[in-house]
Amino acid sequence: MPALCRDCDHAAAAAFAACPACGSRRAVAHPELFALAVAHVDCDAFYASVEKRDRPDLLTKPVIVGGGRRGVVAAACYVARTRGVKSAMPMFKALAACPDAVVIKPDMQKYVAVARHVRALMEALTPLVQPLSIDEAALDLSGTAALHKAPPAVVLARFARQVEREAGITVSIGLARNRLLAKLAAERDKPRGFAVLGSEAAEWLADKPVGLLPGIGPAFAKKLQAAGFTRLGQLAALDPREAARRFGEDGPALAARARGEDSRRVSPDRETKSISAETTFDTDLRSVEELERPLWRLCEKLSRRLKEKELAAGGVVLKLKTAGFETRSRHARLARPTRLPETLFRAVQPLLAKEATGSAFRLIGIGAQPLAPGDAADLPDLADPDAARRAAKWQAVDALRARFGAEAVVSGRGLPRKGPGSA
Amino acid sequence: MKFSVDRAVLLKALAHVQSVVERRNTIPILANVLLEAREGGLKLTATDMEIAVVEEVPGVTVTRQGRTTAPAATLYEIVRKLPETAKLELDHPGGDAQLTLRAGRFDAKLAVLPVDDFPSMTEGKLPHKFALPAGPLRELIDRTRFAISTEETRYYLNGIYLHATEAGGAKVLRAVATDGHRLARVEEPLPEGASGMPGVIIPRKTVNELRKLAEEVQDEIAVALSDTKIRFTLGPVQLTSKLIDGTFPEYERVIPRGNDKVLKVAKKDFAEAVGRVAGISSERSRPVKLSVDRNHLLLSAASPELGQAQEELDGDTVSYESSPLEIGFQARYLNDITDQIVEQVEFRFADGSAPTIVTDSAKPEALYVLMPMRV
Repeated sequence: MPALCRDCDHAAAAAFAACPACGSRRAVAHPELFALAVAHVDCDAFYASVEKRDRPDLLTKPVIVGGGRRGVVAAACYVARTRGVKSAMPMFKALAACPDAVVIKPDMQKYVAVARHVRALMEALTPLVQPLSIDEAALDLSGTAALHKAPPAVVLARFARQVEREAGITVSIGLARNRLLAKLAAERDKPRGFAVLGSEAAEWLADKPVGLLPGIGPAFAKKLQAAGFTRLGQLAALDPREAARRFGEDGPALAARARGEDSRRVSPDRETKSISAETTFDTDLRSVEELERPLWRLCEKLSRRLKEKELAAGGVVLKLKTAGFETRSRHARLARPTRLPETLFRAVQPLLAKEATGSAFRLIGIGAQPLAPGDAADLPDLADPDAARRAAKWQAVDALRARFGAEAVVSGRGLPRKGPGSA
Repeated sequence: MKFSVDRAVLLKALAHVQSVVERRNTIPILANVLLEAREGGLKLTATDMEIAVVEEVPGVTVTRQGRTTAPAATLYEIVRKLPETAKLELDHPGGDAQLTLRAGRFDAKLAVLPVDDFPSMTEGKLPHKFALPAGPLRELIDRTRFAISTEETRYYLNGIYLHATEAGGAKVLRAVATDGHRLARVEEPLPEGASGMPGVIIPRKTVNELRKLAEEVQDEIAVALSDTKIRFTLGPVQLTSKLIDGTFPEYERVIPRGNDKVLKVAKKDFAEAVGRVAGISSERSRPVKLSVDRNHLLLSAASPELGQAQEELDGDTVSYESSPLEIGFQARYLNDITDQIVEQVEFRFADGSAPTIVTDSAKPEALYVLMPMRV
């Protein structure tokens, strides 16, 4: 079985425990090691690692990057993680689990600079780099062996060392034949890992819980379990027709993914999948009326973001987080794609009315999902005689804002209420 | 309850009523049909809480009066599979006992549910009453129902808007439906008694059930309605339905007035050409491009994967005198409209991106508005 030393690039035809060239035990071995070319690279505990790099005194301490009294954990170092701290956990819960943690306010500028550096190193390996988030990317190294005079596995091992040397953080790498398997591989060996998933992938996936598959969140996993699907092998065994019958039009694709199949290409032009905006309140809000004001502002923000990306909303998602940190979301499809704040607001309003029945909420958000091309937005509508006038109004507002600034035109319903009897 | 009846008679009546019963029901009693054997004969009732169909069945020999409810779909399937000339006997001793159905050597026992659980739909007062011949009623439905929206958020579009109005100095009963992409507006002379009626939105399912029942009817259909309910009486069958509680859009404002570019084209040639040309595109919303020039029409469609197709229609079938124009429509929307047109389709365009009016040259009482697509 081909093997590679990750510290000195020593390659061998047979696996070894300690590298014969340098003695390192950081080896990776797999039958297809030198044949696979799609990689997933994930920076380990990214923000926390950057902070530890800059403050060596914190190296062995639990570090949490996150903000504010009402904030959440943006990143937790591996020391903190052993104590039960997780990403996106509310800060007070994280501190309850790990009272001696060093909490650092996020310094996004610093992280963006490091991320740019890492991305530049990736782009030196292949033009096919698809950033998936600030600290994650998919790379397709097919056809680069002649250029680098080395197979992708060796190039990636060198890259990992280069990132450690130059950026001062560690990465985990997954190598496979497609993006899905590469991501799953990267998650298998963390931190500072290098894992390979080859033709054994389908077999490996078969006995894993359904929730392992990206795209199957806790809610969907619960649904699947209720329908008797607990292992990915059960989904993988469904023929396309049966899959479609059980899970609708996305069913066959779900079954294919459960088999480890993925036809997505690594594309450097990152496709936007959803656009959203959310806000956390200083104090919890309850009533529909109170919640509608921030919601309106978010609709305007979402509208602006859609316009910037030349996209439209084919549906809207309302997200609410209760004071007890329970996230609730509701979705409504739009009959016609839009990016007008008013139409977004009207679509999301009934969703809010259904949810805001007395609970206290700490956060509200709105997202556009699915996305539609921008030129399909707000076309004339025979069932809505006012549609054309509304579109013209917002065009005029946009023109004014472009000329005199965003605050030139402000909608009253987004403003805090003033007047007798209210603070 | 005990009665005997010819298989054909019961089958026909069951076919009418069981059709409103939803196939998937969370409330068990709604899967059942109410059977009432009385002195005058048998009465069947089925409902989904929105619509109720009641039918008086003739030619039934009642030997013991009584009432019960039985699963509509099962009963219908059994009766359907019995021999054509079979004579049936239905017997229910009362209470929770099963309903026995005998026909020759066939014998079935069906579970029943208590009559008291069966929901009754209260009609309330239906102050507006008029009669509509079956033919015009079918026309009103056929020419509008394809445009009914299935969009749930705009529930007030999920039906046909029926109202009394004036057109060209004459009083008319008008039906309108739209899904935002197309709009259909059809008129019939206003029947006596309908002038004071409120505008009502009749739900899609009611429209479809009514259309099925109207197929067999030759005579007049009696209509009675209020703000919230409508009742159609078709001989022995009575269909009562709730109405959609909503406001139909002010559709007159979206019907263009100044469209002056008139294209006339033979329906058969046009519809067939649209079908052929659209065949090239695999997408569900197939755009077909109409390139119109003096007495000449070029239909074309293209799909990035499959290729492109076109067909020319000229002077024999096309008449057009205005400036050249290019405009695209969804093939299905074009066909839905041409299906309702007998001989000649008349398009009235403003330009390539504005709503277009389509009519049947011979039938000005029906008008369609179609939104173009970008091509």
